[in-house]
Order: sequence, then C-alpha cells, then structure tokens
Amino acid sequence: MNKDDIIINIEHLCKAFGEKVVLDDINLYIKNGEFVTLLGPSGCGKTTLLRIIGGFTSPDSGRVTLDGKDLSGMPPYERPLNTVFQRYALFPHLDVYDNIAFGLKLAKVPQKEIDARVRKVLKMVSMSDYEDRNVDSLSGGQQQRVAIARALVNQPRVLLLDEPLSALDHKMRQDMQIELKEMHSKLGITFIYVTHDQEEALTLSDTVVVMNEGKIQQIGTPADIYNEPVNSFVADFIGESNIFNGTMIEDRKVSFIGHEFECVDEGFGENNPVDVVIRPEDVYIMAHTEGAQFTGVVRTCTFKGVHYEMFVDTDCGYELMIQDYNAFEVGSTVGLLIRPSDIQVMRKERTCNTLDGEVVDANHISILDAEFECPVPEGFSAGDAIRVEVPFDQVDLLDHLEEGVTGGNVHFILYKGDHYHLQILTDCGEYLYVDTQDIWDKEDLVGVAIAPSAFKLTKRNED
Amino acid sequence: MRIKRSSWSIPYLVFLIIFVVLPLVLIAIYAFQDGQGHFTLANITRFFSDSDSLGTFALSLEVAIENTAICILLGYPAAWILANKNLNRSAVTIVLFILPMWINALMRTLATAELFNMLGITLGKGTLLYGMVYDYLPFMIYPIYNTLNKMDKSYAEAAEDLGATPFQVFTKVTVPLSMPGVTSGILMVFMPTVSTFAISEFLTNNKIKLFGTIIQENINSSMWNYGAALAFIMLIIIGISTLFQGEDESTAERGIV
Repeated sequence: MNKDDIIINIEHLCKAFGEKVVLDDINLYIKNGEFVTLLGPSGCGKTTLLRIIGGFTSPDSGRVTLDGKDLSGMPPYERPLNTVFQRYALFPHLDVYDNIAFGLKLAKVPQKEIDARVRKVLKMVSMSDYEDRNVDSLSGGQQQRVAIARALVNQPRVLLLDEPLSALDHKMRQDMQIELKEMHSKLGITFIYVTHDQEEALTLSDTVVVMNEGKIQQIGTPADIYNEPVNSFVADFIGESNIFNGTMIEDRKVSFIGHEFECVDEGFGENNPVDVVIRPEDVYIMAHTEGAQFTGVVRTCTFKGVHYEMFVDTDCGYELMIQDYNAFEVGSTVGLLIRPSDIQVMRKERTCNTLDGEVVDANHISILDAEFECPVPEGFSAGDAIRVEVPFDQVDLLDHLEEGVTGGNVHFILYKGDHYHLQILTDCGEYLYVDTQDIWDKEDLVGVAIAPSAFKLTKRNED
Repeated sequence: MRIKRSSWSIPYLVFLIIFVVLPLVLIAIYAFQDGQGHFTLANITRFFSDSDSLGTFALSLEVAIENTAICILLGYPAAWILANKNLNRSAVTIVLFILPMWINALMRTLATAELFNMLGITLGKGTLLYGMVYDYLPFMIYPIYNTLNKMDKSYAEAAEDLGATPFQVFTKVTVPLSMPGVTSGILMVFMPTVSTFAISEFLTNNKIKLFGTIIQENINSSMWNYGAALAFIMLIIIGISTLFQGEDESTAERGIV
C-alpha cells in the first residue's frame, strides 16, 4: 500500500469518561477518498472516536494525524474537516442560504463566489428552490440535505457524519443512502460515517470498522466482515447468523451440532474449542434426506418478502435458522447440507471465566467484590492472591438480585443453537460469561450465584 | 351530579374580574371624569399641556431605558457565566444570584439608602440607578440564563466546525439565539421601572420624581381623576411597548422563567 494514500492515521488512542473506558488503544488508518464506517452498538465508542477526529473531545492519550500532521490540541475551527451532526444543528436564526454560507462568510470568501458555491451545493442536494426558507419549516429529510450542503460547501478534506440518517424514516433513509453514496463517488473526498445500523454500513462503505466496548473488533470490506467475521460478536452484530460451539478436530475438519463437517479453515490446532458461524442463507435445505449431511424437522416457516425464514430443529437437538426461496411444510423432515466454504470458524475469545481474587478463609474466597463459598484446597492460606476459573455453565442466574451473592445486569446475549451465552456486567464492573437455557432480556437485573464445587483455584503472583 | 372540568376555573374568573378587570375599568372611568362625575377629556389634555408632568414622564422613560441597558450589560455576562458548565460547576452560584429576590424589595431599598447615608454618598440619580439595577438585575439574568442553559450545545459545535473561533461562535450564534431571553428580560425590567416610585422616594429623598411618584402623589392627595388619567396613560404606553417587544411571542415564551 502506498503510504501517501493515508489521509488520517489514528495511533494508540485512549479515552475514559471517569471510570468508564470508552476507547481502548484504537489504531486505525483511513485512506484518501475512502468511505469508512464506524459501526457498533450504542456505547461502543464510535461517536467519541468521531468527536476526537473532529476536535470536540480530546483524547487521554494517543494521537490523530491528518496528512502526517499531528492534530493534537488543534481546535475544531482550524481543522480542514466538517461534520454533519446527528440532529443536524442547523442555525434556527438563519435561513437555508445563510446556514450554508456560514462557513464561507467566516472564511471571508468573496460574496460572488459564496453565491456560486452555495447555489452549486444546493443543486447537488436537490434543494435549489429553498434558499430563502426558514430551516424550521423544512422536513427532516430536507434539513438533512441542508446540513450535508452546509458541510460540503467548505470543501473539507474529510467529511464526518454522525448517524446522519437515524432521524429519518426507513424509506427516506434508503433514498438518502443512495444519494450519499453518489455524492461520495462524485466528490472523491473521504467520508467517515458513524452508525449502529449494520445494513447501512454494509450498503455504504468501502471499509467497515466494527467496534464494541471501546475496541476495534474487525476492519474490512463489507464482504469480508459479512463472510468472515473474526469473532462471535461481529458475526452476531452483522446480519443474521447461526453461532454454535464447535471443536476443531484437525485442519479442515470441524465438529458442531453433533456432526463432523469438512471446512476450509486451518491453523486452529487439534481438538480445540472454536465458535462456528453459519449464515442462514448458506444452509441447503431439501425435501429428501439422501445425500444430506444431517436432518431436521421444520418448526416454523415465515414469509419474509423475498425468501422464507425457517427454524429447523436438527436431529441432535440444535435450532438452526435457514433462509430459502422455497417454503417447507412445518412438521416435515428435511435434509440439510452445509458446504465447506460456507462454514466460518472463529477462535474463541475465552473458554471459561477467569477472575482474580483472594482467599478469605478455609471455606470462602473473595472475587467480584463479594465472598463466595468455596472449599479452599490444601496449600492456600487466608490472604493469598488467587486466579479463579469458573466454567460458563456453572454460574447460576437468579431472578432477584438479593438472592445472589452479587448482582449484575445482562449486557449481551448470543444464541448458540441449544443454549444462550450471556455476558453479565456485574455490580463491581467486571464481566461474567454464562451459558444458560433460560431466556433473559438485555438489561435484566440478575442475582449471581456460583456452586462451591465450580471453582478452580490457582495461585497468582502479586505484581 | 358531575362537575364539568371548566367549572373549576370559576373562582379564578371571579377573582380576576374583581381584582384585575374592575380596577382597570375604574381607572378608565375616573380618568375621563371630572370631580362631579361628568365626562371630560380635561385630565388627559392637562397632562399633555403640563410641562412638569411631561418632563417627569420623559425622565421616567430615560431612567427606565438606562436601567434596562445597565441590566443587560451586567446581566448577560453573568447569565453566560452561570450557564457555562466549565466556569460554573455548582447550582449554589445560581441560588446566590436569586437569593436577593427572597427579601422584600422595599426593605432592600431602605437598607441601601441607609448604607449610602452612612457612607456619606449624596442621594441623586446615581444612587437611584444603583438601587434600580440592584432590584431588577435578577429579572434580567434569569430569563437569559434560562435560554442559554437550554440552548442545544450542538449549535456552538456546528459553528466551531464551520470555522468560527470561540468569539465568533458567541457573536454569531450564542447571542442571536439567546435574544428571546433578552427580550423577556427587557419586559420584566423595563415595565416595572417606568412605574416605580418607592425606589426614587427612598434613594433620592424624593429629589427626583418619577412618573410613578406623581401618580402616587395625586392619589395620596385625593386627586383621584388626574391620578387615574396618569395611570391610564402609563398603561397605554406600557401596552404599546409590550406589543413592540412581543411581536415574536412564540420565541419570547421560551425565555420566560
């Protein structure tokens, strides 16, 4: 890659608001003329990252460079960037023309040139007849166009867009997506676009940056991100997916949902636990069972416009979501087949909970800021620093906070075909991962209890 | 029997008729009557031909305008500082600004007069303006603070993004967008100062007579008809000034406390 192509370089960027880490060592480069989308759920840090690039928030450490020049400490009004704000922020005391001319007038551009440039940009966003209109009298979509025009008229090197379409209805959003894409290819400037809408990100971008919990999860083209998600978070967040626990038996051979499959992945070692992603449209479904890798019974079948969405119970008791152009009768037995190249194998981020704590007495240990009952084995004494391992399925979640040893709320839910994998944000701020058959909703408050026999203790060096 | 919801407003309606509408009607009737109860325009014409009254009236307007201007000059920066989260982190400062309003204005004015006497400062127009600003400044600060505080931060950020320095953000965005607050501040300061008499009485020892003072003097000396005529003229003038400033009522409302 040519080094000159890089317009923005982000190095080791960190930011915390109080105790909460919003950005954790972000490294990212953006090429000139690229349409980059920062994608993630709310609170993942994407807006903060955009605000740091725009100069509205300063990072705790790390830096942003533009054309190789460090932007640290440079106020927003000196940066050759312009922003389209989430709620447009059009000045209510100025009409459409004056809103758009605002930046040009400040830059002391001659009046004739201002006129010409404002007209040109208004034409580009198809708002030519609206010059004298009061911004309050415009519809959401029209305000959006004016906001884009107001930013573009200054001919920025990079245009920053903070969820610009989130206030529009579905149909208008789709129209504006097409227009934005056209504008981008016509102008050739760099767009950095923040959204939580994965469909929007896949439609618009050259490069998608998937973020979660202040970290970049994956950077790639929309096709890369969709077809080869690097972890279960990305797989779940982008598009519909079936995610299962599996075991990599050897190179090119993986076992999941009770069967062995040929795959194309290598380098995961032998008999190692992995996550497996199957997109719902990648499962072949047939009315006959000969030639099938495994079978299932259709439980539901819903028409979705272009395709049918079916939930099938497989012969080994897993639930599989399948999308197909043909409908299969509910209750019928079907043959199922998955091609090796459609199986996406991902390394597991963790296989059990690992928590730091200390021994309290012969029968208690302290982890997660709480005391758990646990028979402490020989060789440990009170006050010892320990590392504790707890299997996912040994954590009990209780309806009432008070019933648990400690509490927390459900932060993230992943369905794994026959159980749920939950991420619990405990009261002390640490995460706990739980496998359960019970159905919980996001943000549910739960009590956490762990059976005394579940803990596996090792000594930890204090340093 | 079910009581209609609108019936609840009857007590208020009665109250308004007795204490607001009736006195206004009485002022109007008295203004156009002579001592014997006959209709006359003499009270009105007397005001316009009496140079003393006209002079007092002009002075009242002048003092009111000066007071309002000083209140804006002092109140706007104060409100801006109060609304700025970086400069003002606690609610205590806001309470401190409003605290004087909890004490009766007359008592504050008397105390101020005593203070001036003690310090040996001669009472006159300077002390009059001081007292007025002291009394009415909170009424200017609060509506401006309110609009600034509620103003969406993204306007300032958008302006900065478009190349405005912090000073340009202030002059080109913050000030124009806070005008509704300034307008209601003006209404709340200007109108009561035109008709005030207590402050001029105590803080100038009645050396300076304001319009409110001559109304009070006429009524005190049982010149009901002329007093009513003066009050009537003042009402008309205040009414006209309200129309002037209230033309953009929908935006002005945003600023009112």
